[in-house]
Amino acid sequence: MPDERKKILEVHHLKQYFNVGKKDEVRAVDDVSFDIYEGETFGLVGESGSGKTTCGRAIIRLYDPTDGEIIFNGKDISKLKGKKEMHEFRREMQMIFQDPYASLNPRMKVKDIVAEGIDIHGLAKDDADRTKQVEDLLETVGLNKDHSSRYPHEFSGGQRQRIGIARALAVEPKFIIADEPISALDVSIQAQVVNLMKELQVKQNLTYLFIAHDLSMVKYISDRIGVMHYGKILEIGPADEVYGHPLHDYTKSLISAVPVPDPEFERNRKQVAYDETAEMDGKKRRMVEIAPGHFVRAAEDEVAMYTQRAVDAGLITE
Amino acid sequence: MENPENVIEVRNLEINFHTYAGEVKAIRDVSFDLRKGETLAIVGESGSGKSVTTRSLMGLLAPNAEIKKGSIMFHGDDIIKKSEKEMQHIRGKDIAMIFQDPMTSLDPTMRIGMQIAEPLMKHKGLKKKEAIAQALEMLKLVGITNPEGRINDYPYQFSGGMRQRIVIAIALVCYPEVLIADEPTTALDVTIQAQILDLMKDLQNRIDTSIIFITHDLGVVAGMADRVAVMYAGKIVEYGTVDEIFFNPQHPYTWGLLNSMPTLDTEGGSLSAIPGTPPDLLDPPVGDAFAARSDYAMKIDTQQEPPFFKVSDTHYAATWLLHPDAPKVTPPAEIVRRQQKFAAMQKPEAPIKSDTKE
Repeated sequence: MPDERKKILEVHHLKQYFNVGKKDEVRAVDDVSFDIYEGETFGLVGESGSGKTTCGRAIIRLYDPTDGEIIFNGKDISKLKGKKEMHEFRREMQMIFQDPYASLNPRMKVKDIVAEGIDIHGLAKDDADRTKQVEDLLETVGLNKDHSSRYPHEFSGGQRQRIGIARALAVEPKFIIADEPISALDVSIQAQVVNLMKELQVKQNLTYLFIAHDLSMVKYISDRIGVMHYGKILEIGPADEVYGHPLHDYTKSLISAVPVPDPEFERNRKQVAYDETAEMDGKKRRMVEIAPGHFVRAAEDEVAMYTQRAVDAGLITE
Repeated sequence: MENPENVIEVRNLEINFHTYAGEVKAIRDVSFDLRKGETLAIVGESGSGKSVTTRSLMGLLAPNAEIKKGSIMFHGDDIIKKSEKEMQHIRGKDIAMIFQDPMTSLDPTMRIGMQIAEPLMKHKGLKKKEAIAQALEMLKLVGITNPEGRINDYPYQFSGGMRQRIVIAIALVCYPEVLIADEPTTALDVTIQAQILDLMKDLQNRIDTSIIFITHDLGVVAGMADRVAVMYAGKIVEYGTVDEIFFNPQHPYTWGLLNSMPTLDTEGGSLSAIPGTPPDLLDPPVGDAFAARSDYAMKIDTQQEPPFFKVSDTHYAATWLLHPDAPKVTPPAEIVRRQQKFAAMQKPEAPIKSDTKE
């Protein structure tokens, strides 16, 4: 049951604004709250510009959040100060980036890329230990130790993403933010990387925040999903429920737009349009738990409507 | 032309790239037809040769490319033999192209109205005023709101989806016979993608263009294509109607592609990834190029290249599994499910077909 599981990350009213106070102020993440339980995969989906990447970057403190709390393992990391605290925190939380071509330094050998975290945190006793750790990591991600003295350009996209994963794992983190880790890869390679991530999660008890726009892959890898739009989370719930029975109109529209590899289905596709102005009527909205563990951002007078939808979908009884 | 319905006939095309490392055999004996008004999807991984194939149709190959063999017939002429000057009359007028990235395929320093009007002035000899007027019509057609107010804007003033609409407007403004769309929606969000795909279908119906659609997204293919060609390591390994490829695939590579995609109903467990990576085309493997990654490879796959075996009048696949002497294999469960659906689809349709023939 969800309540008995340990929350590893709690995000409360996170706000990440850019150009604060200026004419071109951007509210990239605007009052976002969610929890992530230990050992689960939380998928964050949304279109480009929805703020999902900014949200991930704010959590790992690549930005200084404008407001709100980010509680990781019981500690508010939005207020971390100084090098030392940040240093400790980043050992616990690591990131895998979208573009495996841009996120590896082309002038560094693979062993030095992977060992950078080990060096910074002083995790190796001596050179032999460092080499050993790097070789083990490469093996863990399905590469072999001969690869360690090569440069990134000698690898394919899928292999590079494996190197990125090995680098993230090097400091034995508990929590990994994967920002569109497979979007740049070919279909056949995407499945390899996703399988690797799932395997590692079980072996090393990792928790993932998986950010992506490919909804079918997010649904597949995630236990729970949050749907973002214009800097706000509109719906959170168990992956199957959000996809099978979306309650918010935006989620419905997003799911209806996903192309399905089935020509018969495609011929009969019904796309649901979404009226963006619905969010901008000035009503006060907050996350309301409509069905157990299934939240929708709703105004007071909309709760009844969403509840009815949940009843119709069989998620709850009256 | 062998078939009057064909707009383009590609025969035995072979293209090599000269590199420092040696000759990369990017296209290895590719043949296909494009029929009037149809959408032909070419699917495959990066490096499979799908983009090179279509760039050769436009005469847009890199300087280090060499067409070793083959012909590309368009209106009874071989495009390969045409000079750059002759190609300039075809490009944009008879055969147009939409590229993947709408930002890099528009000129950032030119107003969009002018960019759409340019092909009309160049190919149709229209005066600037007439051309701009037609450009305005085109902007309306591709669904840009307030076209009068935006015709003098620059590309940076538009969002990604709107830019791709402008790229489509440029490609279609001369009503080309053939439109080549190279991953036109890969850079876009799903909701915008759906709009652009609908727009392309709608415009195709209005001006009866034939489309070659290149993508690696099988979901998009399922919604757009009439026929599908699957490419692997510089070759077409299977082609057929969209239903035949999705519901009755025969080549293990096509199986692998369909099997490695999670659908929205896929439940837990691990995805069936295709192991390994595509072969190096500097030195293509002997036999079936997919053999090294295939669970269904037989001894002959590493010795001799499979010819195309006929599955139906419209469906061919190059795999030894279709040889009469090959052992019966059971494809992955997902493929079996699809084939059952195919069998079920065939039955009710059969009587209708015989009626229409008479």
